[in-house]
Amino acid sequence: MTIKQISVFVENKLGNLAEVTDVLASAGINMYAISLADTRDFGILRLIVDDSFAAAQVLKENNYIVSITPVLALELPNEPGSLHKALSVLEENNIDLKYLYDFNTVTTRNAHLVFRVEDTKKAEEVFGKAGFRMLSQEDLKG
Amino acid sequence: MGNYYQPEIECAPREQILALQNERLVKQVRNVYDHVEYYRKRMDEKGVKPEDIRSVEDLHKLPFLTKDDLREAYPYGLLARPLSDCVRIQSTSGTTGRRVVAFYTQHDIDLWDECCARAIMAAGGTKDDVVHVCYGYGLFTGGPGLNGGSHKVGSLTLPMSSGNTERQIQFMTDLGSTILCCTPSYAAYLAESIIERGLRDKIKLKAGIFGAEAWTEEMRHDIEEKLGIKAYDIYGLTEISGPGVSFECEEQTGMHINEDHFIAEVINPETGEVLPEGEKGELVFTSITKEAFPLLRYRTRDICILSRKKCSCGRTHVKMTKPLGRSDDMLIVKGVNVFPSQIETVLLNKGYAANYQIIVTRVKNSDQLEVQVEMTPEMFSDSMGEITGREKELVDALKAMLGIYAKVKLVAPKSIQRSEGKAVRVIDKRDLYGK
Repeated sequence: MTIKQISVFVENKLGNLAEVTDVLASAGINMYAISLADTRDFGILRLIVDDSFAAAQVLKENNYIVSITPVLALELPNEPGSLHKALSVLEENNIDLKYLYDFNTVTTRNAHLVFRVEDTKKAEEVFGKAGFRMLSQEDLKG
Repeated sequence: MGNYYQPEIECAPREQILALQNERLVKQVRNVYDHVEYYRKRMDEKGVKPEDIRSVEDLHKLPFLTKDDLREAYPYGLLARPLSDCVRIQSTSGTTGRRVVAFYTQHDIDLWDECCARAIMAAGGTKDDVVHVCYGYGLFTGGPGLNGGSHKVGSLTLPMSSGNTERQIQFMTDLGSTILCCTPSYAAYLAESIIERGLRDKIKLKAGIFGAEAWTEEMRHDIEEKLGIKAYDIYGLTEISGPGVSFECEEQTGMHINEDHFIAEVINPETGEVLPEGEKGELVFTSITKEAFPLLRYRTRDICILSRKKCSCGRTHVKMTKPLGRSDDMLIVKGVNVFPSQIETVLLNKGYAANYQIIVTRVKNSDQLEVQVEMTPEMFSDSMGEITGREKELVDALKAMLGIYAKVKLVAPKSIQRSEGKAVRVIDKRDLYGK
């Protein structure tokens, strides 16, 4: 089970991020998770939102470069060692992790993490076998 | 022995070619003075009479002709023959925003075709070859030129024109194309496509004749290796005739200029002074056999070097390097000549859009070169590692091309300023001459 992540190219300039959030706010898009990776010149803004299609559409209309990537949203018990267990599954199966970030949902007190891996299909399969719960787009809406 | 179309001309002693040039130049100057008012005016302004030109030695006395003249004289102002003698036009797209329309008599087309036939034979072509032409046909000179040349050689000609890669590859495999004629970038794309489809063993290509755009030695090796061919460069411009003004032989160390038709000079682009052989400067052509649209001392803006070093192929005509840049937008950064076209070539080769800006600054007496490139959907990724990896590749490729380090800055799409719809390519912030 995967969810859709939207990535946006943002130039590293004062006020540029606010312009993106303005576009999304005006379109009534709700964000569930956000992560910003940056270099000196530019950043990649990664978002999980309630309506990926509408968000991508409105961003493109505003001349942003956008890509949509399937990612895994894992629900992990909020206790020591649970992230390590998940990462071990990836390692054992030789799946490269590109990045991860956490987010909150309204549903439970569990922790939630977004995993972006090299081989999403395989990761989905091995996580499933190992008994991890993965959220769907529907789950996000709570 | 080599493979020639007209060995008696292509391998003639220099004195013989020079004698031919002298005779044809004198006639041509008289011809344009008598029949083209525009030339007569320009020559009168400079105080030159046709009788002042008695040999190639006197060529420097004639005024230069530039693209501005062509625009001013558009469309019929430089015609040396009645329109009723002309049978064809060709035209440039005008990357600098100026369209050029060139006229041809049947004789002009025959000579042009012969020049292209020389190029095809220099690439090893014979009447038994299958020449696959996927330059565009139409106003662009690429398709018609190589098509005509292939006919002269007697090869089976496939007038494919550009595009439709599936069909190109199908004809190539079904009909056993042996010589490919297209732009180098399309050749590279075709090579990739052929390998992707696992058809490398099904093609019979032995040579390629690639021109109409800048390409690097690196690209040549890449294409040669991928397709298992020898890749030859060809040069030309619509103003002078089209492809085949010069072409590479098996030595692949420069392009032989067809000197029985075109006199080449290299000048200092600043002063107009003619430079000795071996010096880098702007290439200038005089077409001495053209009937309809003869240009005298036409400034190509292409920077190159001429060489009369003896060529192992047996041809005696002078060789030119591939254009090393343009004379109109050269930058000197850290003492190195940098041409925006070189940067553009790298960007295009690396899959970026040609939307870029070059910013030169001087920090603590040291020049800094920054290339701003607009991000494209194709080059974007959600992974920082991928983007920075590509950025690094670009920096390395720029270094290889320019010889100096250029910082790359990826910027948002449509953020590079455009004036009148065309991007301002170079911003030089240095105070070079003091204020």
